[in-house]
Amino acid sequence: MGSKRSERTRASLLPGLVALVLATVYVTALLAAEKQSTIIGLLASGIAAVLAGAWLHLLDPVSRSFSDRENALGALSVVAALVIAAYFHEDHFVLLLVVTVLLYTVATLGLNIQFGYAGVLNFAGASFFGIGAYTSAVLNTYTTVPHLMVLLIGGLIAALIGSLLLLPVLRTRGHYAAVVTIAFALLLKTFLEVNDVLGGPQGMRVAGMKILGWSFNDNIKLGSVSLSFYMSYFGLSLLLLVGAFILVRRLERSWIGLNLDALRLDETAASCFGLNIARWKITAFLLGNFLIGIAGALFGMVGGFVAPNNYTFADSLILVSILLLGGIGNPWGLVVATFIVVVVPEKLQTIQEYRFLLYAALVIAVLLFRPEGLLPRPVRRYFPGWRP
Amino acid sequence: MDAGLFAQYVMNGLMLGMMYALVAVGFTLFFGVLDVIKFSHGDVLTVGAFTALATFIGLRGAGIDSGPTILLAMLVLAIACMAVLGMLIARLMVLPLRSAPALNVLLITLMLGTVLRESVRLFYPQGANPKPFPALLPQASIDLGRFNLRLDNTIMLAAGALVIVGLQLLLNRTKLGLAIRAVAQDEETARTMGVNFTGIVLITFAIGSALAAFAGVMNGLYYNEINFGIGLYLGVIGFCAAIIGGLGSVYGAILGGFLFAGLQTIGTVLLPFASAYKDVFAFSVVIAIMAWRPTGLIQEKISERV
Repeated sequence: MGSKRSERTRASLLPGLVALVLATVYVTALLAAEKQSTIIGLLASGIAAVLAGAWLHLLDPVSRSFSDRENALGALSVVAALVIAAYFHEDHFVLLLVVTVLLYTVATLGLNIQFGYAGVLNFAGASFFGIGAYTSAVLNTYTTVPHLMVLLIGGLIAALIGSLLLLPVLRTRGHYAAVVTIAFALLLKTFLEVNDVLGGPQGMRVAGMKILGWSFNDNIKLGSVSLSFYMSYFGLSLLLLVGAFILVRRLERSWIGLNLDALRLDETAASCFGLNIARWKITAFLLGNFLIGIAGALFGMVGGFVAPNNYTFADSLILVSILLLGGIGNPWGLVVATFIVVVVPEKLQTIQEYRFLLYAALVIAVLLFRPEGLLPRPVRRYFPGWRP
Repeated sequence: MDAGLFAQYVMNGLMLGMMYALVAVGFTLFFGVLDVIKFSHGDVLTVGAFTALATFIGLRGAGIDSGPTILLAMLVLAIACMAVLGMLIARLMVLPLRSAPALNVLLITLMLGTVLRESVRLFYPQGANPKPFPALLPQASIDLGRFNLRLDNTIMLAAGALVIVGLQLLLNRTKLGLAIRAVAQDEETARTMGVNFTGIVLITFAIGSALAAFAGVMNGLYYNEINFGIGLYLGVIGFCAAIIGGLGSVYGAILGGFLFAGLQTIGTVLLPFASAYKDVFAFSVVIAIMAWRPTGLIQEKISERV
């Protein structure tokens, strides 16, 4: 712990910048690695580096610099994402992975509002994601609604269908609340499977994104450089993520976020202080589902295909584990956790068969030994420069 | 509707209900003593069923042909193994997380369920494919109109009822049952009265997991097929059943199990054009019940201190 004076000064940008550059190089190397031995070596050295950093107390300045200079480092993270995308501008597979990470992060940001701030349980995250994807499938196939509008409608439909669950969600607590969303997740998957209009178990094709005649599914030619068509999706997903991130961050810092925190920590006390419990729970639940739905709608177009098997209860659990792995309530943690959960199993093809097993074992280990997640949410700061 | 057909539906519903109830009772027992949801329960059932199947193959290989002997050995081995597995899970996963948020326990057991399920899929020979389960009970059946009363189903139903009655007697008439109920009611008071808390928790997990193994064997005998995914489905339904019955109440769990099976059967009968929608119907009703009775049909007695 430093002296009082040093606590008052803002932390330097440098440690965060260094960490960001290192992370960018590492991520690029990991995504570029093809040989299994290289990948395993990279993963092992990454884990070792983080552990060593923690042991040498190198991570504290980084986290301080991230919390004090969030705007600058956020902008730099966007630059880092652009650099990574530019490096892989021709590689379809890697770009698809990156887009998946971005959109899953948007979805988990939505879940974060529900679990992390308001404490509303939602074990049907993948279902609302799927509702968004099916919305874009149906609208793109049967109507000529502008595709950017489709994204918005996807979010709205997810929120609307979610609002059917409001009554039971508001009335129940704890495990009883969990069962409402679990039942909904199973219900929706069965419904999609047996419904012929929506393609049944085979699912539906989704037409690609098209904005003002610019089709996202065509490769891009810029002079002599050709870019993968996923680049357009990457740009849009990045925009979406930045928007969602800023929204969630602003929400957390506003009075709404404060109300949601109070609600999560002690419902009874919060209502004694005049907070309208139902109103904030509804806000959090619908807003969260809206974000998940938008991400799902775009993901449907990216993948070009929707099927019930992609939106099962198990997928919802993966979303929840991302949340826990990252550290509930911390948007930065979500980015890291989503990257780990999405990319590592895809890259480790040798253990393809065993990846679910290893992944589940990893979550168990995290829960047993670091239950607050990889990057726990810092204590709320009420005044700039004030540290508890 | 024809009386025979009606009886057939009732019989099928009862069979399903018995399996669901056995699973749900496990959930409610665990919740009673530790206030946790152990979501790996369904996958313990899968492992139990596969243990029984492996026993069958082993005994057949050893040249034993007597059906009842094999079945008995299968049951004993599956139940014993799952009881031990249940105790291990309680000891290594659930008890260390006692002070953690309920969500963490839910998630760790969910992940443990994934580990068990994937282990069966990967390490059991050709575990990814559905496995035929031997029909070891007598296959005789009586036709009453359109109702086909099968002897094996009747035996299973009776056995399930016996198990539930036995559990009820164990909980209400023995010293062990008294200790389990004491721990469920108030852990600290039970401790001061000299109840070995950890021991009782382990025994409760053993009992619940043994019930799951029994339900797993029953499921195999009923469908004559098992696959690595049955546990997830039965686990979720068992959980829903325990919840709509009201957590912590054994009667509630049994009621919930039969209610869910009843809903599925009604869904099949009422929607003959679309019997595929039976699960959609059943889960919708579950959500509606939760909206109507937020703490289950048989309400948990809670008073919240602020």
